[in-house]
Amino acid sequence: MSTSIKHDDAPAGARSFTTKPRRGTKVRRQRVKAAWLFLAPMLIALTLVAGWPLVRTFFLSFTDASLSDLGAANLIGFENYLVYDDGSWYGVLADSVWWQSVWNTVYFSVVSVSLEVVFGVIVALILNAEFKGRVIVRAAVLIPWAIPTIVSAQMWAWMLNDQFGIINHLLMSVGIIDAPIAWTANAVYSMWAVIMVDVWKTIPFVALLVLAALQMLPKDCYEAAEVDGIHPLRVFFKVTLPLITPALMVAVIFRLLDALRVFDVIYVLTSNSTSTMSMSVYARQQLVEFQDVGYGSAASTLLFLIIALATVAYLYVGRKQIQLGGD
Amino acid sequence: MKKTLITSAIAIASTLSVTSQAQAEELTISCGAVGAELTLCQEGVAAWEEKTGHSVDVVSTPNSSTERLSLYQQILSANSSDIDVMQIDVVWPGLLANHLLDLREVLGDDAAAGHFDTIVTNNTINERLVAMPWFTDAGVLYYREDLLEKYGHEAPTTWQELTEIAREIQNAERAAGKEGMQGYVFQGRAYEGLTVNALEWVASFGGGNVVETDGEISINNEHAAEALDLAASWIGDISPNGVLNYTEEEARGVFQSGGAVFMRNWPYAWALAQSEDSDVRGKVGVTQLPAGGENGQSAAGLGGWNLAVSRYSEHPELAADLVAFLTGEEEQKRRAIQASYNPTIDALYQDDEVLEAVPFFGTLYDTFVNAVARPSAPTGDAYGRVSNAFFSTTHDVLSGTKDGTQAVADLEDELARLKRRNW
Repeated sequence: MSTSIKHDDAPAGARSFTTKPRRGTKVRRQRVKAAWLFLAPMLIALTLVAGWPLVRTFFLSFTDASLSDLGAANLIGFENYLVYDDGSWYGVLADSVWWQSVWNTVYFSVVSVSLEVVFGVIVALILNAEFKGRVIVRAAVLIPWAIPTIVSAQMWAWMLNDQFGIINHLLMSVGIIDAPIAWTANAVYSMWAVIMVDVWKTIPFVALLVLAALQMLPKDCYEAAEVDGIHPLRVFFKVTLPLITPALMVAVIFRLLDALRVFDVIYVLTSNSTSTMSMSVYARQQLVEFQDVGYGSAASTLLFLIIALATVAYLYVGRKQIQLGGD
Repeated sequence: MKKTLITSAIAIASTLSVTSQAQAEELTISCGAVGAELTLCQEGVAAWEEKTGHSVDVVSTPNSSTERLSLYQQILSANSSDIDVMQIDVVWPGLLANHLLDLREVLGDDAAAGHFDTIVTNNTINERLVAMPWFTDAGVLYYREDLLEKYGHEAPTTWQELTEIAREIQNAERAAGKEGMQGYVFQGRAYEGLTVNALEWVASFGGGNVVETDGEISINNEHAAEALDLAASWIGDISPNGVLNYTEEEARGVFQSGGAVFMRNWPYAWALAQSEDSDVRGKVGVTQLPAGGENGQSAAGLGGWNLAVSRYSEHPELAADLVAFLTGEEEQKRRAIQASYNPTIDALYQDDEVLEAVPFFGTLYDTFVNAVARPSAPTGDAYGRVSNAFFSTTHDVLSGTKDGTQAVADLEDELARLKRRNW
């Protein structure tokens, strides 16, 4: 049964999209031409606003440029990355704080994206159900996503404050804790505080994508399942989940890219503290605070490479999975 | 209808009359917003506007000095004329000198006459006076006079004494129903302010200045380790865990709402603690920071802010005139009386009106003059990294991931690495 469903649903539709017209026909050539014509403005814009800064960052990472005098930069090769000098290693790759920030970022990304997917699906399932006032609830759920991160992070910073924050007050009044916890100051809790705020903020995004997928699901197989008396959980794992996987894949890649370059939520909540420092916070610190544009650019370049690698790996694995599932 | 026509005609006429004074220029000044700073700055600027007929736009900047420096560096490195006059920290003149105007060129050779020599020297880079002293700062200890009296204590003279008194009063007050009572609050967030706090602990224990004036790294010693260990013992005992994320204003918030026995802060907090809406009005005493043990001495960290003119300003003469006005004797006196900002002009410390408003300016005069400078001069461009290494390590000790001995050894290694590469 499952194969027949798969042919009817979204990925099957996607496949018909990629069905190629026969090579060499006139129509095809015209289409390709038109496609390039329409793409050109975007490609030019991308080269200007994304390509140029990227190339410049690559270049600066091989210099000793300083923010106080950008013009007077010398080429120094790979010294910003790694160099052996006077009996010890220097450079970003030899900096324990950099590796700490890499670990923090990976930890943050994996944990927060996983939680967001789980909760996002749950919220989407709730919103998909028929109930009174559904429209209002759907709009309300979007609020965390609509608030700019910098604002919501500051809001949470106040709510999490150890002396006057409402979170501690609530937890203490119901007796879960007996002394206020310094959520954003204590190294044990600060990463979890950051993850919690990020999850709170981005559940709506995942929920929205999943909800869109849920709305497209064919009703008949659910009716069939109901007639057969199959347990709802089994229906979810055997029918719903495989069908919404493509939408989930999109949600995960978007969230993963966002999470790997996370900056604002961490910076507002815990500033430069090394226990939560992400790769972006590290790069900013080198670039701006220490004025070391060369070194900071090296950190930014590494960040770019890591994100690119993660994306490629994810797409590769994702494609494998879809192909396996599709056949 | 007729009425609106008339009013709009008046509006247009008045606009025209303003634009006809084409000389009236618009300047931009950025000043701090800690405590009453922004209001004071706006009042001072308004007085100058009235005097000269020019208009000034006041932009407020981040409270954290670390972030404010970043903002300035971005603006200045873009050669932007967005901000004409900048309020800069006492440790920045060396970093920003290239981008700042030599004020002696515009204001004359005796522009800074009468100001504290040490600050003028500090602001003079390669014989260029890049900033005028505006107010000076030194860390002081605030205490609850009423509570100390209630429990029969004098103001503490050593950190150990402070620890014991704070613990005793905190616990007694908590037992008496004030559950939120804390013993001691200070600036424990991983930022520049923690560098000053930690330097005060280390220096008061006789542990040196982290990096000495000759560039020698002196932090790895038992006095420094002892000082850091004592500070770490406060967390969760007499200081709340949240102090690890406090800057000046968070600490003041707790103290001023009656939630702490002791607070380390700058003099500006005095006027606010004595203001009408303060919960501790009339109950606060100010003294010098404690010494580290029997053989230590009190060490107050030197702070303070200056006004500088950007080289990229489109109206450098006018901007320099604004700076001269704001840092002048009259304006500094007003700021001292109204909001307890320390003048940089020696004569004001003998002024009766000033001493009446802020009595401790007289009693703590020596503290202000002999404050301990952060090692920004010997480390030059690398100061940002040095300070960061110092406050990060201190933060590690405070949050319990390292002990003092380990921390000062690690810090010495780290600083030695920085020294070999950067200074």
